[in-house]
Amino acid sequence: MSFWEYANPKKFIATTTPILPWAFGIAAACLIVGLVWGFFFTPDDIRQGSTVKIIYLHVPAAMMAINVWGMMLVTSLIWLIRRHHVSALAARAAAPIGIVMTLIALVTGAIWGQPMWGTWWAWDPRLTSFLILFLFYLGYMALWEAIDDPDTAADLTSILCIVGSVFAFLSRFAVQFWNQGLHQAESVSLWEWTFNVIARFFAFVWNSIFGAEQVIEVAVREENVSNVFFVPLLICMIGFVVLFVALVFQRTTTEIRVRRIRALESRARRG
Amino acid sequence: MIALLARDLRLAVRAGGGFGLGLAFFLIVIVLIPFGVGPEASVLTRIAPGVLWVAALLAALLSLDRIFALDHEDGSLPLLATSPLPLEGVALTKGVAHWLTTGLPLTLAAPALGFLLNLAPAAYPYLLASLALGTPALSMIGTFGAALTVGIRRGGLLLSLLVLPLYVPTLIFGAEAVRLGSDGLSATVPLAMLSGITLFSYALLPFATAAALRINLR
Repeated sequence: MSFWEYANPKKFIATTTPILPWAFGIAAACLIVGLVWGFFFTPDDIRQGSTVKIIYLHVPAAMMAINVWGMMLVTSLIWLIRRHHVSALAARAAAPIGIVMTLIALVTGAIWGQPMWGTWWAWDPRLTSFLILFLFYLGYMALWEAIDDPDTAADLTSILCIVGSVFAFLSRFAVQFWNQGLHQAESVSLWEWTFNVIARFFAFVWNSIFGAEQVIEVAVREENVSNVFFVPLLICMIGFVVLFVALVFQRTTTEIRVRRIRALESRARRG
Repeated sequence: MIALLARDLRLAVRAGGGFGLGLAFFLIVIVLIPFGVGPEASVLTRIAPGVLWVAALLAALLSLDRIFALDHEDGSLPLLATSPLPLEGVALTKGVAHWLTTGLPLTLAAPALGFLLNLAPAAYPYLLASLALGTPALSMIGTFGAALTVGIRRGGLLLSLLVLPLYVPTLIFGAEAVRLGSDGLSATVPLAMLSGITLFSYALLPFATAAALRINLR
């Protein structure tokens, strides 16, 4: 029983099909609970009023926009090294989702920025980095579409993904150098985040079991997002991740079937 | 390698257009800018560093699809691939040849065009230095993009879509160096970053370029 068994398209479809309804269900449940909780049952922020609630869309989408690219990088490497077709197709399937996530992050950011910063758009490092990421996604998808032969397309897009990752990383630092920004520091930075999620989860469970007398204060180094907002945000993040997984499974399965139909057609033509 | 370089240079100079075209394009863009933003000297001085860099970048982009397309059409690309020279070496040579035929002339012409945009006097050395350090990176990144799109008919537009995001860091540091120079500040950091990007591109991108070429020649 090895992980690579799932590189067999048949096995992949057989495994993911039963998971799919569950994944979509969990994603829907998480998103409904998280968004409704976030939008209607959290207090307004003192300084930012109700506009702060857009973070329930903005932060998970921004997180996914970057992580989807990371996932494409990993699948591209797997394709180049081990030549598993499912891997290449998964990268192809993930790209449109990633670009939509980037767009959601940019648009919700603009909607939030208008009342807060008084402008829809500013050439702030973080905003600019996301715009550049958007361009990278565009180029990646355009290259997939432009090449007819699927294996050549998979190879070339994988190389583009790897080189693009390096340059996207470089752009991020270049952009930071170029313009010190308007955007607040990450409210949920990756390093703190992992630590915080675990700590807060335990604190939350603990508090809800033992009630108010024994509230433990989590030793969080920087309290950027208070617990009231954090729990629904966490649920939204989980919702986005599961939704992404479900969509990638769905789209990869579709890609595999498209490929199979094409193979059958060409076999039929040859007679 | 030297023979290939000489061949590419000869082809660029003698076989119609490619060589002067980039320069002419550079000139025209620079001439168009004052028509667009108005002739006020102070405004031009302020935007000159960025405009010069963007125009140079676009001029370099213009001739990218010729790097491999002509060789691909007349069949000399497979010959190059089967020659004793490793394909990585071919890629590197192509990048250098492209720089010698576009980047170098652009660098040398840029100060003259700086006069047209009323560039601050203090910025000229920085303009020369940043273009000399930065345009080689543009050529090498472009060679990589050209290798990706060599098999695609009418790949020119796609090529620019792929290559332009990769140009972002080079452009930022290049224009920043000139801007700092024109304000009379020290531009060591962007210039160092610029040469870092160039060295890094020439060290690693030939491998990616060669890999893309091999896939396209399969």
